[in-house]
Amino acid sequence: MKVRLRNPDRELDLAGGRRVREVLIELGIDPDTVLVIRDGELLTREERVSDDDRLEIRPVISGGAA
Amino acid sequence: MKCRRCRRPAVVEVRRHNAAFCRPCFLHHVREQVRRAIARHDLIRPEDRVLVAVSGGKDSLALWDLLLELGYEADGLYLGLGIGEYSARSGEVARAFARSRGVTLVEVDLAREYGFDVPTAGRRGSRSTCAVCGLSKRYVFNRAALEGGYDVIATGHNLDDEAATLLGNTLRWQTEYMARQSPLLPSEPGFVKKVKPLYRVSELETAAYAFLRGIDYVVEECPLVAGNTQLRYKQAMNQLEQASPGTKAQFLLGYLERAAALFAAEDRSELRPCERCGQPTPGRFCAFCRARAQVLGERLEPVTDRELAHESSEEVLPAEVYGPAAVGGRPS
Ligand code: SF4
Ligand SMILES: [Zn+2]
Ligand SMILES: [Zn+2]
Repeated sequence: MKVRLRNPDRELDLAGGRRVREVLIELGIDPDTVLVIRDGELLTREERVSDDDRLEIRPVISGGAA
Repeated sequence: MKCRRCRRPAVVEVRRHNAAFCRPCFLHHVREQVRRAIARHDLIRPEDRVLVAVSGGKDSLALWDLLLELGYEADGLYLGLGIGEYSARSGEVARAFARSRGVTLVEVDLAREYGFDVPTAGRRGSRSTCAVCGLSKRYVFNRAALEGGYDVIATGHNLDDEAATLLGNTLRWQTEYMARQSPLLPSEPGFVKKVKPLYRVSELETAAYAFLRGIDYVVEECPLVAGNTQLRYKQAMNQLEQASPGTKAQFLLGYLERAAALFAAEDRSELRPCERCGQPTPGRFCAFCRARAQVLGERLEPVTDRELAHESSEEVLPAEVYGPAAVGGRPS
């Protein structure tokens, strides 16, 4: 499974066949701080992903003084 | 996971509400929160002309979209900060959004109008880059709104932004800034009314909203953000939130409901027109004009100790720009 992370941009190869929750735990990412996107759709933590999925994990935190 | 409202498959989970939503119900949920925030504090009247401060990020574009959806007459204001690729891309998405909705985007370029850009200001002045950037934004938004005859300036500050700012101000007991932390800053002579209609919507929710509405926004962070203290406070709040969802909302909304009024007396700046630009300020020259003179190597008269003290604290709301508070009404 290809996983694209942003800020900075990078791509990882991770095992599928599990829930989004487990993928985020492996990456040490708090699920409330990212959108998980597959084929233009948002996935919740309970969604299952498979080996041939492509995911984007997109942070939602922005840091500037607005 | 099922949608709380209609039991179809959910796409977004909102843990502090212990709820999940499908796309249409989530969009409805966000609109309702914003509609209620506006009604509760009388943020925007139906006949108001609104100027939305648009950065090209998810919050400001989501806000603009929401206000248009709710039927308000809302133009955007984009301020070119001159931060290389980041600013170029931000301007592009702001323009593309305006085109797609057939609405007006007012553009101001800091370098063209005022003679400096943000990276230069960060290198040359005594303030941190983010402090001078924030100061410039507030100054330019207010001035553009006054000159354009707008009734209200709307900014995309979300629940996470506001909770982080409150944490920072509390840690340093900056009671004057706490007094001004409100979703509504009423208009004052020289200051246009300012509102934050997204103050009850979390960062995750604004991002999901923008995504689900198909809004192209700049995901990349500003390259100058490193070391921004606001970001550290956000990370600290997120750790607390992870352990007990709802902490952020309790901290911020509880403050607005029960504590903000206690700090109102702290806000007692007397304002008069800046001798350089005419904007209201407690000193002879406003903070923006002083920062600008410093960056451009010009001399303005020396400032008082009190003004210097203000400037040494960063990522705060300069009194000169926000004006006296009046913590408007009883929030919630
Ligand atoms: S991170 Fe700092 S410099 Fe960059 S846009 Fe935000 S406030 Fe301005
Ligand atoms: Zn639903
Ligand atoms: Zn001035």
